[in-house]
Amino acid sequence: LRKNVEDFTGPRERSDLGFVTFDITADILNEKKCMVFFLTCIHLQSIFDWNVKQLFLYLSAEYSTKNNALNQVVLWDKIMLRGDNPRLSLKDMKSKYFFFDDGNGLKGNRNITLTLSWNVVPNAGILPLVTGSGHVSVPFPDTYETTKSY
Amino acid sequence: RGAALGRGLCWPGSGGAAMDLFGDLRRMNKRQLYYQVLNFAMIVSSALMIWKGLIVVTGSESPIVVVLSGSMEPAFHRGDLLFLTNFHDDPIRAGEIVVFKVEGRDIPIVHRVIKVHEKGNGNIKFLTKGDNNEVDDRGLYKEGQNWLEKKDVVGRARGFLPYVGMVTIIMNDYPKFKYALLAVMGAYVLLKRES
Repeated sequence: LRKNVEDFTGPRERSDLGFVTFDITADILNEKKCMVFFLTCIHLQSIFDWNVKQLFLYLSAEYSTKNNALNQVVLWDKIMLRGDNPRLSLKDMKSKYFFFDDGNGLKGNRNITLTLSWNVVPNAGILPLVTGSGHVSVPFPDTYETTKSY
Repeated sequence: RGAALGRGLCWPGSGGAAMDLFGDLRRMNKRQLYYQVLNFAMIVSSALMIWKGLIVVTGSESPIVVVLSGSMEPAFHRGDLLFLTNFHDDPIRAGEIVVFKVEGRDIPIVHRVIKVHEKGNGNIKFLTKGDNNEVDDRGLYKEGQNWLEKKDVVGRARGFLPYVGMVTIIMNDYPKFKYALLAVMGAYVLLKRES
């Protein structure tokens, strides 16, 4: 579900605001039972080793507009500590953060790529950023939605 | 007999020989003192060189920082140590943990990048937020500032060690502890004899 609303942002200009709802299912324990879902199939089984304190998962939308060659907006994030249920099954999630563009580049934008990535936070050591394989492209409609219901 | 620089060959029995021994001891002590001071200076210079070397290699003006607040919990707690790099060609991307300084403020902040808008010519503006904060950092930026730029970045967090930075925090909060520690270290180096 995507809508476009012209709205006010922090910078006090009218920028495009997009609404995206999504499902995430991730089975992190059992590789065989990994289901392909809306976004990507995550095999996080091997990631939670003795030196991993937590995973910071985030869903980011990447796209380009006339104003900016590259835009990345984090829509949703989650902290998963070692020992938490590694099975993620989130349906119909609304984005946690407002998906504002810098300008009006969301209208009619055909190619917004949603990717799930995560930051591995170790007990001590290197902090790698890993991008999940697989991503989904969503297009935004050409017109603005005038109702403010979300 | 009196003229011999007796390294252990002077018998302290006769008065004249004792005077010479004393003189020798005083002379040796001065030389030894110079040696100890030089040793100390070498240690300090080596430490400074290592620090400067790190600055050059990582490209960051402050390659090792201590986390001061709990705004990135549970990943980082107060007292944790972060290792930064700041390579010019490293792009700033959503999800990265950056250490930045707000214009006009001294204290660097460690938060995560949540929005990036980059123009074709390489101009980047980005927004940050602490993992443990409800809202983004716009309230922390300068009055009227809505985005951060590359010039505000001190470095990107690449590695992390827990708890180790607590020593720095204690030294800052209790300066007497810092002076005591420095005095002990100085005394140790100056008085230690290499036999």
